[in-house]
Parts: sequence; structure tokens; C-alpha cells
Amino acid sequence: MPAEIYLNVAISGLLTGLVYGLMALGLSVIFGVVRVVNFAHGEMMTVAMYLAVVLFASLGLDPLLMMLPIAAVMFAVGYAMQMAIINPFISRPEHSQFMLMVAIAIIIVNSLLMIFGPDAQAVQTSYAFDSYAVGPVIVDATKLYAGLAAILVAGALFAFFRYAPLGKAIRACADNYTGALVVGLDVKQLYALSFGLGAACVGAAGAIIVLMVDVTPPLGPAYTLLAFVIVITGGMGSMPGALLGGVLIGLTEAMAGLFFSPSAKSMFAFAILVLVLLFRPQGIMGKKPT
Amino acid sequence: MIARLLHGVPRHAMALLAVVLAVLAIAPVFANDYLLTVLILILYFAYTGQAWNILMGFAGQLSLGHALYVGLGAYTTAALYVHFGIGPWLGMPVAILISVACGAIIGFLAFRFGVGGVYFAILTIAFSEFVRIGFDHFDWVGGSSGLFLPVANYSRNDVVHLRGQPVMFYYVILMMTAVAFVMCHALLRSRVGYYWQAIREDEQAARSLGINTFRYKMIAIIISSGMTAPAGVFYAFYYNNLFPEQTFFILRSIEIILGPIIGGIGTLFGPVVGAFLLTGISEGLQELLANFGFDTPGAKRVFYGVCLLVVVMVLPNGIWPPIARLLRLQRRETPED
Repeated sequence: MPAEIYLNVAISGLLTGLVYGLMALGLSVIFGVVRVVNFAHGEMMTVAMYLAVVLFASLGLDPLLMMLPIAAVMFAVGYAMQMAIINPFISRPEHSQFMLMVAIAIIIVNSLLMIFGPDAQAVQTSYAFDSYAVGPVIVDATKLYAGLAAILVAGALFAFFRYAPLGKAIRACADNYTGALVVGLDVKQLYALSFGLGAACVGAAGAIIVLMVDVTPPLGPAYTLLAFVIVITGGMGSMPGALLGGVLIGLTEAMAGLFFSPSAKSMFAFAILVLVLLFRPQGIMGKKPT
Repeated sequence: MIARLLHGVPRHAMALLAVVLAVLAIAPVFANDYLLTVLILILYFAYTGQAWNILMGFAGQLSLGHALYVGLGAYTTAALYVHFGIGPWLGMPVAILISVACGAIIGFLAFRFGVGGVYFAILTIAFSEFVRIGFDHFDWVGGSSGLFLPVANYSRNDVVHLRGQPVMFYYVILMMTAVAFVMCHALLRSRVGYYWQAIREDEQAARSLGINTFRYKMIAIIISSGMTAPAGVFYAFYYNNLFPEQTFFILRSIEIILGPIIGGIGTLFGPVVGAFLLTGISEGLQELLANFGFDTPGAKRVFYGVCLLVVVMVLPNGIWPPIARLLRLQRRETPED
């Protein structure tokens, strides 16, 4: 095999990994603040994917342009979910939270199945087969746009948490729950906002990934698992860790697909997860639990 | 031995158990074929739920990968039967051994390195997914195209080779479930059982009392995984076909744990009640929706999800504890009060 192939595959894996990272970022935000493990994360992603597919099929709107509106819709969904259903579960044991999210996931997957049927649906853009040649390296246009869009959204979120007062308030909530209550922050409201932001991430990621992946209802659980692998690898609750984990898993999958068979690629992702859990349970960028 | 097992059990609890067992024992006389398959499914989930409950309900370690042990049990005995003609009962010890080895590895890695809670749950998912993909490429057992047991028209029931009609399978799984129930009852009241409950409630406190938490968590995962393997043996010989995609799938693991969680974690009756309720609802819904000519794929499961959501929101400790209070069956094993 010529050397360029490795580079091509690596870049493609890296760009896909950025979108994975954005999806995982949503999970990380939710876990980092609300301390609830969102087992319906991938299912929420497929909801966003179907939204993008429907918008494209009926109105011809490009998923990349629809990224922000879809993210806004998912924000509202996440906000409402946290307010109405998840909030009473904040102080319940993990398995109870898990059951709740599994119930939500089951409802989402099968509602999508009822509405859209089991067949794969895709978006066919005008630039689907374009590519850019940079020296010997050929970069797929779709993946390039996808990767850039993911970076953009992730960057906006980082800026929000770093500079906006609301973002700081949410971080305060995550750092010290009691302290946040004492200084008069409306924690319930901030939790709902965080869940909404996490859902918005996954909404944006869903709109982007539709460009590369055909959507079917069972994709939901697969993406939930993938998001977990990434977040744990990167470090639960760490935002840069989620992006880094996404890129790492994207690269691993691409390389495993090249060297072994594409069907075995997630085996390597899980192998990385097991290694991380054993030797650095807090993840690559995670803080050591005190 | 028996006297010790029965010690402290309220008399009307024993009467209730006897009635339930008697009804189940004569059920095949009255049940038609369809109802019998539903009952088999219910007992299957009661059994696997009971096995899972040892690890989560007793020792407090949330495993989301119990399909792994079912799958290993199923594949081991099925492969031994298909390739070497070794019967299921002889294959079962091998299956248990392999399952236990796998459980011990996961437990050792997780508990040695202090992996607990959500992280332990995800480690168990990771292992079962890893094995699932591995079996997809494991050609000796058929790979992703599946492993099939020879099916013939068995007019007579051959318990030795587990070949026969649903009635035979029904009694086999009923016996397994009953044994599991008694075993869990004995375990809960043993020294190990009390250690587990201490670890479940507060691991730090348990350790400071001098309990070797690593050792007892290992015992829990070993017993739980070993007990789950026979369910796989049953699964393989009952369904006669195995696909990695189905046997090791994460939804299989979730199905196993729904029963005990809905029924009541850490209780003896929880897994049984939960299995009856969930499988009953699920199968009943199918019938109901089909009768109304409403056969959209997914409709049944949406409703199932909604039921689950309501139960989880309204009864955080499961359905059994309030029933137990109502029937005054409360005993020491109920984690509440």
C-alpha cells in the first residue's frame, strides 16, 4: 500500500473523530454538571439525524445550515426533559437513573421505528463526492466541512463556559453543589440548561454526521456506546478530554478498518476503553477523584 | 439444613410460595402452547434476574453485561454438542467454568483497580461488546452467520440431551428457577450475604469493619456469572440457534436486569415478580395490539417503554417492597426499613 493511503485514512478518521468528539462533549457536559449518565444519548443523536433528513428531503435544506436550528430544537427538548422527568432522579441511586434513561431510549428508538420504518435514510448533498487535493493527500469535502463545523460548535461551547456569566454559574454548580446553592444560584434551572446544552451538542453532531452516515433507528444504542467509550477514554466531565477521546477513537476505528476488517473496528475502540479503565480510570484528561 | 433454611420465614410466606409453586407445576395441564412459551420466557428471565441480582442487588455492583455469561454458556455447550456430541448436562460444568473465568477476570481487573459504580457498569458493557465482535469473527462457532443445533421432530422428550417439546423445557426452567430462588435465599442469610449487604450499603464502612471487600465482591461476581451460564445452556437448546449479534447484544443484558429492577433490587421475589410483570405486559400488549389490527413495528415497545418509565418514576424501589408490606411478608432481605 502506498504511504498516502495511511495519511488519507488518518485524516478521514481524525475529521470523523471530531464529530464523534462533539457528540461525546454533550454527554460529558451532562455528566459533568448534572451527574446523570445519559444512556439515551445516541438515541437523541438519531432524533437530530432524522430531523436533518426530513428537513433536507422536504425543503432541500442543507444539514450544515440546519445545524444550529436543530441544535436549538434539541436544546429545548433536553431542557424540558431535565425539568419534567430527570430532575426528581438527581438524588436517586445510579441504577434508578439508568433505568429511567433506558426507558427514554426505548421510547425514542421505537417511536422512530414507527414513524420512519427500519430502512436507512440518507442525505445526498451536491458536494457529496467533492474532494480537495493537498499535495498527495486527498481530503473528502464532506468530512472536511463536518470536522470544521464540529470544531466551530465545540469552540463556541468552550467560550460560553469560559467567559459567559451563565457558563461560569454552571461550572460553579458542577464544582460544588452546596456552594452553588449557598450563593443563591438556581441550581434546578442551571441543571436544565446544562442538559439542554448537552442535547444541543448532540443535535449539532447529529446534523453534521448525517452527511457521512445513513440513519436507522438501531443506530441510537450504538452511538450511546460510542459516546461512552469516548467520554471515559477522554475523562468523564472533562470537555477537552471528550474532543481528544473522539479524535483518538475516530483514528483508531479508521486505522483498524484499514488494517483489519471494518466490522472489527469497534473491537479496538472497546479494547482502548478497557485499557483506560484499568490503568487510568479517570480518563486521559480527567481529574483524579479525591 | 432444611430447618436452617426455613428458620425465621413467616408461615404465610411459605404458604404463598407453596401455592405459587403448585400453580406453576400444574400450569402446563391448562396452558395452551402459546401461554406455555410465555411462561417459559418468564421463568427464564426470573432465573437470569435472580443470578444478576446477586451481584447488583446483594453486593451492589451494577453489571450491564450479563448477556456475556449467557452467551458464553450458550456457545460453549452448543459447540460441544455440535462438534463433539457432548450433551448439555456434561457441557454445563465446562460452560460454568468458562463463564466464571470470564467473570473473575472482569471482577479482578475492576475491583483490583477500584473501578466501581458507573465505570464498572461500562466496563462490563465493554467486555460483552468486545466478546460479541470477537464471536462475529470466530469461525469455529459459525461467526456472524450463526451456530445451529440440529433440529428434528422429537416426539418423545429426551431430558438427557435436552431435546423435546416445550413442556419439558418448561419443567427444566421451572426447576432451575426454583433452585436459584432457594440458593439466593440461603446466600442472603449466610455470612457472605451479610458481608455483601454491608458492602452494598457502604463500602467504606464495610472495609473499616474489617471486611475484605475485594474478596467478597469477587465471590459475588463468580457466583453470579457461574449461575448465569446455565441460563445460556437452556437458551441454546431451547432456541437451537445462536448469533453473536443477538446473544451478546447489549439489549439482552438490559432485558435481564429490567425484571429485578422493576420487581425490586436486592429482594428474593423482585426478579420473579418483575419477570412476570414485564414479560406479561410485553406479550399481552402484542396480543392486544394485534387484535386491534394495529401491527406497526415498534408500537409495542413504545408502550413498554412508557410503562417502564411510569414504574421507575412512581416506584423507585420496585414493585415488590410495597406488595410485601401489604402481605406482611417483610423480612430481613428487603433493603428498605
